[in-house]
Amino acid sequence: MSASTQAGLRPDGTAESGSAAGSAARALAAGRAARRRSRSVRAGALALAAVILFAVSVLLGSYTVTVPDFFSILGGAQIPGASYIVLENKLPRALMAVLVGIGFGMAGTIFQTLLRNPLASPDVIGISYGASASAVTAIVLFGASGAAVSFAAVAGGLGVAAAIYLTARRGGLGGYRLILVGIAFAAVLHALVNFLLTRADLRTAAEALVWLTGSLNSSTWDRAALLGGALVLLVPAALVLSRLLQLLELGDDAAAGLGVRVEVSRAALILTGACLAAVSTAAAGPVAAVAFLCGPIARRLVGGPPSLALAGLVGAVLVLAADFAAANLIPGTSLPVGVLTGALGAPVLLWLLISVNRSGQGG
Amino acid sequence: MADTPREPSTLEARSITLGYDERKVVDGLTVALPPGRVSVIVGANGSGKSTLLRGLARLLKPSGGSVLLDGQDIRSLPSRAVARTIGLLPQAPVPPGGITVAELVGRGRYPHQGWFRRWTPGDDAAVAEALRVTDTLAFADRSVDELSGGQRQRVWIALALAQQTDILLLDEPTTFLDVAHQIEVLDLITDLNRGSGTTVAMVLHDLNLAARYAHHLIVLKDGRLAAQGPPAAVVTPRLVHEVFGLRCTVIADPVAGTPLVVPIGRHHTASVPAGAGAGAAS
Repeated sequence: MSASTQAGLRPDGTAESGSAAGSAARALAAGRAARRRSRSVRAGALALAAVILFAVSVLLGSYTVTVPDFFSILGGAQIPGASYIVLENKLPRALMAVLVGIGFGMAGTIFQTLLRNPLASPDVIGISYGASASAVTAIVLFGASGAAVSFAAVAGGLGVAAAIYLTARRGGLGGYRLILVGIAFAAVLHALVNFLLTRADLRTAAEALVWLTGSLNSSTWDRAALLGGALVLLVPAALVLSRLLQLLELGDDAAAGLGVRVEVSRAALILTGACLAAVSTAAAGPVAAVAFLCGPIARRLVGGPPSLALAGLVGAVLVLAADFAAANLIPGTSLPVGVLTGALGAPVLLWLLISVNRSGQGG
Repeated sequence: MADTPREPSTLEARSITLGYDERKVVDGLTVALPPGRVSVIVGANGSGKSTLLRGLARLLKPSGGSVLLDGQDIRSLPSRAVARTIGLLPQAPVPPGGITVAELVGRGRYPHQGWFRRWTPGDDAAVAEALRVTDTLAFADRSVDELSGGQRQRVWIALALAQQTDILLLDEPTTFLDVAHQIEVLDLITDLNRGSGTTVAMVLHDLNLAARYAHHLIVLKDGRLAAQGPPAAVVTPRLVHEVFGLRCTVIADPVAGTPLVVPIGRHHTASVPAGAGAGAAS
């Protein structure tokens, strides 16, 4: 190969075609390296943005902490007021924002890629709604609280995912089929939640309402640890499966032709995605539109099929930024983060509907 | 791809029955692909052409009979091992938005990679070769979305080539292409067959292109084998009427010498040669 490098420069002789193939391979390798580099740079920039936003939401806002104070608090120093706010409120809250963002971002992108449709995120097809309906049911009918509600949310999300999957599976899993079945489920669950809320007393209803918009206001270390533990298992699983996702994205037939066991792989991906969405919802409620927004944003950032890791980072940045804004937009009031992400999601949904229709396929 | 395996793989269907739900589309069909040759499956709409190809590519589970790859039931073989022997171009595939040509073709390397074995220089060489053969090297870093229909189809063929398989199955590789691009794609497939001895089976709609490019024609009617063999022996006015319900005359293609079907409709039949519709009339 080393001798042919020079021969390849001259367009004559028999060695030319062999070295041309070699140089083409090298050019491809270089192109791949360049793509990976540019993606790493963008992922790095996102990670940096997440770190900065994390610092901003811990240090600034309704209660400002200086950097030296912050580190001395971490070191164990007791600063009246500040210690409590940083350790019991701000830190777990920022951590929850990161975790919930990663969970929703990856879950949304798994579903959107698998079903080849940006509308197919778990919040649109009713999986997140299944989790919150189940949580509200537990609160209103059974007076559940704390971990029991989270458990109900996870069970509800997975239950609805399974129901959608099995209903849509009969007669092939075309992308739109699953989405339409999911939207129908979401509508039924919506009606159920509304019914339950009319039956609940005011205080319970207010508590239940958090489960319908998504909020980080009641973040605690316990919740963050629970969610973190779940993600420690789910995120690596999703990253390993993302290889199959890349192939399923080519269509069932093409994937099967490449040796992917389509049904098993898809079921594994749906299960992982549904778990990610359900545990995130169980921790913070269905933070509106985050699952739905991350994939398209990541796609715009890299100009190609987004990686799950990148979508997770976008989610972390999105939730951190939205939560900080929601907490500080109106002085004295801490809005639920879902109000803000929901407001952000609506125009993007419209824009996607228009651009998807124009190109005739999921962008 | 340069070193063709000594013994080409064989693929055959033994009294295979295929269908969707309760509906039988292919019924007890036995057919073997001649190794190292180009087979073309033709038939009227709904005759089971694509279904047969999907069955051969193990995309459909037969409700009866079996598909044998090198004499072994294809369903008993690991899916990834099969993908190292059989490449597939599905009907009208849709690329993921924004993906580059090199990335898309690179996914053809999956059957050669393990869960933890990542990209190797060998993979780059295979992709480069696939792009070179299909004349798409110049687009390597372009987005597939930007390409024309003919270029895109060549890229999908490159994806199947990057798989480096003995057998290549193509489901209507010329649909949605204008006539010049149809010829371009079929010439490319012929190059592959001649250059590396790849066994090719494809579904085509155009009977005349099928007759020109096939060594072996497989003619289906209502899910059963109506005829098979070299085009010159198979394509007759009688068969065309039987299978397509079309009266026609068959002349020698002035360019290729292969059979050329000239349809006889109800209009514009100024100079129907004597005895032309004979097969049909009988």
